Amino acid sequence: MLTNPIPERQALRTLPRSGAHLAVRNLSHTYRWTQTPVLTDISFDVTPGEIVALLGRSGCGKSTLLHMISGLSQPSAGEVVIDGKTVTDSSPRWVFMFQSPSLLPWLTVAQNVAMGLKFTRRSFEVPQRVPEVLDLVEMGGYADRNVQDLSGGQKQRVALARSLAPKPEMLLLDEPFSALDAFTRRSLQSEVRDIARELGLTIVMVSHDVSEAVRMADRAILLDSDPGRLVKDVAITLNERERKNSDGRYHTELKTVMGMYSAIAGETMGPVLD
Amino acid sequence: MTDVTSIQTQARAMRLPKLGRVRVLVNAVIGMSGLLVLWWLGGRYVASNPNMMAFTNFAPTPTLARLVQMFASGEVVDMALPSLSRVGYGLLYATAIGVPMGILVGRGPRLNEITNVPFQFMRMISPLAWMPIAVMLFATWDAAIIFLITMAALWPILFSTAAGVKRIDPAWLKVARNLGANPFHMLFTVILPAIAVDVLMGIRLALGVAWIVLVPAEYLGVSSGLGYAINDARDTLDYSRLAATVVVIGMIGFTLDSLAGLLVKKFNWMRGGH
Ligand SMILES: Nc1ncnc2c1ncn2[C@@H]1O[C@H](COP(=O)(O)OP(=O)(O)O)[C@@H](O)[C@H]1O
Ligand SMILES: [Mg+2]
Repeated sequence: MLTNPIPERQALRTLPRSGAHLAVRNLSHTYRWTQTPVLTDISFDVTPGEIVALLGRSGCGKSTLLHMISGLSQPSAGEVVIDGKTVTDSSPRWVFMFQSPSLLPWLTVAQNVAMGLKFTRRSFEVPQRVPEVLDLVEMGGYADRNVQDLSGGQKQRVALARSLAPKPEMLLLDEPFSALDAFTRRSLQSEVRDIARELGLTIVMVSHDVSEAVRMADRAILLDSDPGRLVKDVAITLNERERKNSDGRYHTELKTVMGMYSAIAGETMGPVLD
Repeated sequence: MTDVTSIQTQARAMRLPKLGRVRVLVNAVIGMSGLLVLWWLGGRYVASNPNMMAFTNFAPTPTLARLVQMFASGEVVDMALPSLSRVGYGLLYATAIGVPMGILVGRGPRLNEITNVPFQFMRMISPLAWMPIAVMLFATWDAAIIFLITMAALWPILFSTAAGVKRIDPAWLKVARNLGANPFHMLFTVILPAIAVDVLMGIRLALGVAWIVLVPAEYLGVSSGLGYAINDARDTLDYSRLAATVVVIGMIGFTLDSLAGLLVKKFNWMRGGH
């Protein structure tokens, strides 16, 4: 599947080990009250350190699938296996990020970032770890700020730092940049990819924006809706420079994926030339 | 004394610039002077009316002279302490019952539906209506009075807590759970800080009701406290003492309410006030 092997990782700070291996096995889901199947028989693998985008138009069950992967909810059939173990509960080893940063407004930036460490009895790591992840997301100077005074992009950076602080093996991103302006979104997309590669993190991200998937992911999984099912699994073989500059090869790749996506979704979502 | 409007007015005053705050202070002084003038005019009228000669001691001059004397002799402290202790215990019990119940009601939509009507029903029963039952139920008058105050203070605290819990962003709980929070962390890191303002606003409203219920409750049985002092002064025709006690009740109530207001402000994490 992965045609673009992950290049040598840069020197890791005090940071993780390798990312998680994720296997989704024949996963189906039906919400108890509505009784209409939302996902049917979804299976795929994500190798450690790989960035995979789940693409599909809204309502096709992407968020539902991501919740199942995170263990925040359980599928009605099939299973999610991470590093050989079936997921039955949420864990700070794989951290979920939502479209809204959901920071606790009565805490400072640093206190928000320290949350995960406090919950997992690692408070002793806070003085070293919190500044480190804040630097990583370029929010080093904001430790003592009230989170309510930050811009949308800054809040999402803090949420990213909070997710990274407990040294997760996998990030699950549910359209985390879709509420941001185009410029902020672009820079966060490329930063998240850089950080994930530096740390060797596995990422499963959900998007309805093809250009976001092509820019960030090593692989795109295309989902059809009613009920949500996996229809295509494409490798995105761009190097880092091609992704950042959005040059010729990027546009070729974008057109290819966009073509597949339009065939499935029945409409063009997002601009072809971005 | 304390209602939503007055809280809002104060919140607005807090946000006014420096000059505005001076204006608010000046206007408060004008208002209090107006009240004094009305009182003085009433005293003049009583003094000029031969049928009311017995009541001339209600006028500001004898009352305030007596007030100074009562402060100097420590009499004010002697009569206020038992009252403050009764209100304190009543608020303590009401908080101990109202906050946990409010959290449960706010968290469970089903429980909310079941309890809503009976709670609203109970709330509309004047706490003083419980008086005969309280007297039968408790061995001492003190306990009966504390029970009445608890009954009065419970509802504002319970309802305000429940409303605060309902406003908690579910994403905060999801993030906390994902980052490894146990139920103890959930309560002390997310739920309680999130509702602290609501609980304090409930306690402030409860304080207002409790202070009002206190005086008539102390007319019965006990031989200490502000309510008793008023009854006693009436029976001994000591009208300057009676009027001075009324002023003391107002002063203490106003001070307590202002302190509660400061606490609400201190714990309000929301930008620009509630
Ligand atoms: N809690 C729920 N109960 C019932 N139906 C739901 C619930 N959450 C989502 N759905 C339905 O499941 C489908 C997929 O939703 P979702 O996973 O949010 O899609 P996406 O993230 O791709 O937009 C939608 O039709 C939605 O209405
Ligand atoms: Mg979604």
